[in-house]
Amino acid sequence: MSTAADPRSAVVRLVWAACSFVAHTASIVALLIAWELFARSGKVTMFMLPPFSAVAERIWSDAVGGKLWIDLGLTLYRTFVGFFLACTIGVVLGTAMARTKLARWFFDPIISIGFPMPKVVFLPVVILWLGVFDVSKIAMVTVEAVFPVVTATVLGIQGVGHELIWSARNMGAKDRELLWQVLLPAALPQVMTGVQVALPVALIVAIFSEMAMGGFGIGGVMMQASRFADSRGVFAGIVEIAIVGYCLVQILAFARRRLLRWHQEATAPSTV
Amino acid sequence: MRAALIRYSPLLILAVAWQLISQFEIVSSSALPPLTQIGGAWLDLLTSGELQKNAAPSLYRGGVGLLLAIGFGSVLGIAMAWWKPVNVVFGPLVEAFYPMPKSALIPVTVIWLGFGDGSKILLIFLGCMLPVVIGAYNGARSTEQVMVWSARSMGAGRLRMMWDVVIPSALPEIMNGIRTALALAFILMVTSELIVAREGLGNLIGFLGANGSYAAMYAVVLTVAFMGFAADRIYQLAAQRVLAWREAALS
Repeated sequence: MSTAADPRSAVVRLVWAACSFVAHTASIVALLIAWELFARSGKVTMFMLPPFSAVAERIWSDAVGGKLWIDLGLTLYRTFVGFFLACTIGVVLGTAMARTKLARWFFDPIISIGFPMPKVVFLPVVILWLGVFDVSKIAMVTVEAVFPVVTATVLGIQGVGHELIWSARNMGAKDRELLWQVLLPAALPQVMTGVQVALPVALIVAIFSEMAMGGFGIGGVMMQASRFADSRGVFAGIVEIAIVGYCLVQILAFARRRLLRWHQEATAPSTV
Repeated sequence: MRAALIRYSPLLILAVAWQLISQFEIVSSSALPPLTQIGGAWLDLLTSGELQKNAAPSLYRGGVGLLLAIGFGSVLGIAMAWWKPVNVVFGPLVEAFYPMPKSALIPVTVIWLGFGDGSKILLIFLGCMLPVVIGAYNGARSTEQVMVWSARSMGAGRLRMMWDVVIPSALPEIMNGIRTALALAFILMVTSELIVAREGLGNLIGFLGANGSYAAMYAVVLTVAFMGFAADRIYQLAAQRVLAWREAALS
């Protein structure tokens, strides 16, 4: 590859990026066109499948009217508060489990039984305890999102090589220094993987609990639209959620690349 | 035996604490009914047949949706890894829809297929398919080139190679994807039934909760949670058996 100062290579790279972008979005655009044509073909009613243009118009009018931002803000608020709580609790608990026998003894069976359980069934119990407002939605999100973080942290810290720990000890690192400067950075790739699993889970649970408990947010508004047979509103919600989910996942992937720039995986080709 | 007792003693401690807390009314017994009362309610549900009557449609929906997802998902994933055009068309779609919360589709599946089994099966199918697709795609793509070459030099045709080389080497990743799908199937089953259904375990939970029979509600909640846990454990045992040849070959 020539130097970045060469204008020709910059052009080539730009064209290349444009081509890969077009190839990437082509099938999504094709899907949207197929949706539009199928909805207008008269084979289905407006109620079953409103055309994409009508749905886009609805999203646009909600966005201009400001309603969209309020609902989006509420959903993201519930998602992120729960998600950050889950990350904090997960990393602390995971570190404790990896480093102390007592914590491992107590929490290991709870985690190994709790992880594969469908925890959304506890929704009525959470409503019973915490009511139907934000606290119970955030609690649901936290409980569901904490498990991937805990398991990833435990695996990550247990996987730190003995040589690293011994050398740090040898150079006189105290417990706290060992934790902050050796164990946590070395475990970061695995912890990030857990965090990347936890964020979509947090969004799913936030939207589901809005659907089940009401209280606005994108999920709540979708459920309301569905009760009033307003299928444009339902599809608008789906498109919004798809976009938000996609953006969140991309942001985390970007954060991972930045945070782990020093790690060898940054140069390795990524998979889906 | 003793090792298992020590390993699972925290759960016993929690159960005893639960029983004591509700026995001495530290929190109100409707918010946390004593375990003994929940056990009684569970037996009542079982003898009246209420539990079995609602478990049957739930498991039917979950099972059919999951099987369809495994079938379509693994075929699509392997096709994406093996034929470029398939990947060009479906790759971006999978990537765009993977992070989308599937519970958002509940109202749509209801609009399309009504309140019965169809809408739940469609939802579970759509939700569970993507992890299987991604597992199959990653697994089939990482088939060792050496194996492909040797199979080809020994005169294997495309289909033969698919069957004898690609699918076995993709199997561990596919099995991993199916495990994620299994957990998702339970989640989608319960959530869709909690929100719109006329029967099923999720619906039973919502009904009992709305009626204020909290001990019975806890009984059903714990039953579903245990079913999810048991399904995962059974699946892992089965997966170990299926993949036993691989461990033998590696060691």
